[in-house]
Amino acid sequence: MVNLWINDKKTAVPEGTTILEAAKSVGIRIPTLCFLKDINEIGACRVCVVEVEGVDRCVTACNSVVEEGMRVHTHSRRVRMVRKTNVKLILSQHNFQCATCIRSGNCSLQSLANELNITDMPYASIFEDMPTDKSFPIVKESSKCIKCMRCIQICDKVQGMNIWDLTDTGARTTVNVSRGEKLAESDCTLCGQCVVNCPVGALRERDDVGKVLDAVENPELTTIVQIAPAVRTGWGEELGLDRERATEKRLVGCLRKIGFDYIFDTNFSADLTIMEEGSEFLQRLPEIRDKKLPMFTSCCPGWVSFMKTEYPQYLSRLSSAKSPQQMFGAIAKTYYAELLGIEPEKLFVVSVMPCISKKREITLEGMDSAGTKQDVDAVLTTREAVRLLKAYYINPEAVDEDEFDKPLGVHSGAGVIFGATGGVMEAALRTAYNLVTGKNPDADAFKYVRGPEGIKEAVVDIAGTKVKVAVVSGLGNARKLMKKIDRHTVDYDFVEVMACPGGCINGGGQPIHDGGADVEARTAVLYGLDRANPIRFSHENPEIIECYKNFLDKPLSDKAHELLHVEYR
Amino acid sequence: MSRLSIKTKDRAQITVESLYSDLERRIVASPPGLCSVDLVCSFVKMCLAQSCGKCVPCRVGLNQLVRLFEDVLDGRATLETIDVIKLTAESIYQSADCAIGFEAAGTVLNCVEGCREDFEAHITRHRSVSNSSQPVPCVAGCPAGVDIPGYVALTGQKRYADAVRLIRKDNPLPVVCAFICEHPCENRCKRTMTDAPVNIRGIKRVAVDMAGDVPIPACAPATGKKIAVIGGGPGGLSAAYYLSLMGHRVTVFEQRKRLGGMLRYGIPNYRLPRKKLDADINAILSAGIEVKTQISVGTDISMKELKKEYDAIYISIGAHTDKKIGLEGEDAVGVIPAVEMLRAIGDEEMPDYTGKKVIVVGGGNVAMDVARSAVRLGAQKVSIVYRRRKADMTALEEEIAGAEEEGCEVVELKAPVRIEKDADGHVTALVVQPQMISSISHGRPTPRKAELPEERLECDLVLVAIGQGIVSTPFEDFGISIKRGAIDALSNSEIKNIPGIFAGGDCVTGPATVIRAIAAGKVAAANIDEYLGFHHEIINDVDIPMPKVGSTRPCGRVELAFRSAGERKGDFEPIELPMTCEEACQEAGRCLRCDHYGYGSFRGGRREKW
Repeated sequence: MVNLWINDKKTAVPEGTTILEAAKSVGIRIPTLCFLKDINEIGACRVCVVEVEGVDRCVTACNSVVEEGMRVHTHSRRVRMVRKTNVKLILSQHNFQCATCIRSGNCSLQSLANELNITDMPYASIFEDMPTDKSFPIVKESSKCIKCMRCIQICDKVQGMNIWDLTDTGARTTVNVSRGEKLAESDCTLCGQCVVNCPVGALRERDDVGKVLDAVENPELTTIVQIAPAVRTGWGEELGLDRERATEKRLVGCLRKIGFDYIFDTNFSADLTIMEEGSEFLQRLPEIRDKKLPMFTSCCPGWVSFMKTEYPQYLSRLSSAKSPQQMFGAIAKTYYAELLGIEPEKLFVVSVMPCISKKREITLEGMDSAGTKQDVDAVLTTREAVRLLKAYYINPEAVDEDEFDKPLGVHSGAGVIFGATGGVMEAALRTAYNLVTGKNPDADAFKYVRGPEGIKEAVVDIAGTKVKVAVVSGLGNARKLMKKIDRHTVDYDFVEVMACPGGCINGGGQPIHDGGADVEARTAVLYGLDRANPIRFSHENPEIIECYKNFLDKPLSDKAHELLHVEYR
Repeated sequence: MSRLSIKTKDRAQITVESLYSDLERRIVASPPGLCSVDLVCSFVKMCLAQSCGKCVPCRVGLNQLVRLFEDVLDGRATLETIDVIKLTAESIYQSADCAIGFEAAGTVLNCVEGCREDFEAHITRHRSVSNSSQPVPCVAGCPAGVDIPGYVALTGQKRYADAVRLIRKDNPLPVVCAFICEHPCENRCKRTMTDAPVNIRGIKRVAVDMAGDVPIPACAPATGKKIAVIGGGPGGLSAAYYLSLMGHRVTVFEQRKRLGGMLRYGIPNYRLPRKKLDADINAILSAGIEVKTQISVGTDISMKELKKEYDAIYISIGAHTDKKIGLEGEDAVGVIPAVEMLRAIGDEEMPDYTGKKVIVVGGGNVAMDVARSAVRLGAQKVSIVYRRRKADMTALEEEIAGAEEEGCEVVELKAPVRIEKDADGHVTALVVQPQMISSISHGRPTPRKAELPEERLECDLVLVAIGQGIVSTPFEDFGISIKRGAIDALSNSEIKNIPGIFAGGDCVTGPATVIRAIAAGKVAAANIDEYLGFHHEIINDVDIPMPKVGSTRPCGRVELAFRSAGERKGDFEPIELPMTCEEACQEAGRCLRCDHYGYGSFRGGRREKW
């Protein structure tokens, strides 16, 4: 243990502790801006400066470790002067048009400026003014970028994609796309981890709220909205709603007020995905064993994008089953259009997703089964959906819970866990077990694939057949696994990959919390819903059974192939 | 009224003088990977500050150049802007009245030519091609990329064995380098901005002296692959070491009686004690390397046979043959190539120069080595004859000073013309033509014949140290291409079109430094491993101390001392005295830890494996 004084408070902390952590342990907050634990501890913003007695210059608390007998002052006159000046300097490089910024109210720089009581600016604004491409799903406004480097570090260290890079030197140093590419032409998977880790509004999703409102208010169109599993774990966070009240049913109630005609659940199509993907897996198993190459899940468009650019030789190993979002669109514009007796052209399908990559997925080849150009017409992230509610002055506290519409609102507990890492695998195993044995396993029999670890593996016994599975989240981990698969040092039958660490609950479209979201709490929501659901198996979802009986025939039927599968190229 | 007054400096002048010295040190410590356009722009701005403003080209032209550079930097320029810059600079160069203007313009012209790619990148892609992939200046400067801030910190904490283990990740000859590395790591040390570079080699010397025998890491499981390394010098031994750690079976073929190459057969004991060299070699061999000495490839075994028997071959034969001086009388008895003399000393067959008058021809480090060895072998007088000035010698300054302290005489600006011999064929004198230093070409002043008569320098021995070459025939015969007297290898050490054969070190680059040979061996080891279908990693398992929060106030650099000239010139014992542990701690404390502070904390601060 190391003894030190922080603001004359004596404390002892383990060796190697940073001044920042030591201060936190005694309830003293040192403000930070660029700091991101374990990922960006580079002391770039110089906001966390403190004074150490006997040292002539200020030191950064985020990456300086404590020393025996050290006397630290976190808010001395010198510290306050330096910290305030540095924030003013950062502001001079930041186009602070807070009124029109989507991050206003959830902006680390804005809070910092307020906390430090900055009321005047001695500096002229000198910010970058590079043109902004507002058509790509991720939008970067360089005039707001404060060069904290978090986006670069997240993309390098966690996602391993190296899309962002620091270019030029001196005053012109800036964050730009690596290798001189344009973002839209880069290998960006649109996972959006850079967006959720941006402390300001420099990175955001393309705003499609207007497009959705146009459709809602168009009397010619019938609007259908689907809500992805992970959305229900976070939508209340930005509205200050506690988790008990931020239920999916209350979200249904809120969206009803906007005027969507039908409100459905992506969990329904998650169950459908399981029927198709589980059956496909069993059908492909002999070939998987023969080639010693696994089948990969394909419901995460970030992961599919990764495969296209990084490992195109393995694209055929992806399950051909479409993602729940796309299955929903295909079923809505065929089966459900028939049930409603409406031309599919008159249907406008909206998704609310925890994801930015989903905005691109709807435009990909093969995602037009109903012949309307796109099976899904628009995607809103969870954040956009919240902005939509705010724009309608909807007070969720005052909105009653409401039920999803039928039939595409009925789902099993297996469908809901799709939003967390391991969930797709677990749901698939529950149904695969039944497909092989004709009996249901204990619904929690495969719970060992749950948990936040980035790479998990297990051997599953399905009636004597040992199935080797792996579950991965985070693209950096995905690359590690793919390297091993490519070198044949591992051998799996079935692999689930989600691009975002922890799965969709921590997706790039989810509410933003500086320093990271509470992944554990969001995960708990999904497993709680699974447990509470009387139906725990996708194949027992009555509306799924109905859909096959009346429309699709059986999993992997010709019709199912036409609507629910796609060839990844 | 006084008619004249004595010039004194006022406070502003004194401050500006110190600004110049700050500026000078700052430029020396320029970090790697800067944007050339931004730099040349700043340079012209400074030139403009020097302009008296009398003349148009300098006053207006340089200012316009600054604007044009800013257009390039800010993305307002077109490719035509480059032409305008060139035209303007050319006019300034042609018409400026004094050097403030025409030299500034000359530099601009040079930069626009040399860095055109960067200018174009700014114009067409709005970004610089500058690249700071290794921002820690010492690590960037070290050809082998040794983790210098790491071992400096470890030495500062007296964790000497850990320091040696960390160095060995990138350089298996830490002891050798502690004695004789030319320390390119110190050239751009950021500490220079404050006062002077950290004495990195001195710190390493303390680490290796204090560490004792440090065992090497365990080798990876055997791969069953066999590799032949031709030449047991620093490069060959480095490759052999890393390949063995990777689990391959390595055999080193060495032409001479003992391993070490130029470290043994080129560098005398007083600079690199044999015992110290053997310590490094023994550690390397403990990886289980097979050694076959006195085997000459081409004579005792052919390349063809090696290729058949081994999965890969690394050629690291160095540059050991002498270059002929091409003078009349060169065949005289007593004209001895430097390599021949040093080779004998390497095998501890000491010649006796007692009472002899010795002339050394050459101005490089090898010339200093033979001159200083000649003193130790009893020579009555040693003269180093060089056709340029002493300042133009390629030998390290401290080597030249050391030779002079030991009584060697430097005879500058004399070009050898012929060697005179007596009836028995023994050398009697070197006839030289006095030179004068003249125009500078490729950055080096060249001598030209002075209008003075020839001089006759009497002597008993002429030691020729004017460069070395390689024995290329056995390799050329095998089909390996030879370019300008050296083996033509790619930057990844491969030989084009001959899979499985790699080459590096002096035999590829021409005579260079030990650390460059080590770096080449490391590169070869990695690429041979890949070639054989493996991806072994050499990793660091040493935990590196976090920097202490401390002062960055100026502090003098600890320099290494030498035994007094009078004492040391009588023996071959080591001449350099190490710093004390106390001094090493202070010196390590001067390190600014660029691995942790500045760009290093963001990128490239530490490479844990390769």
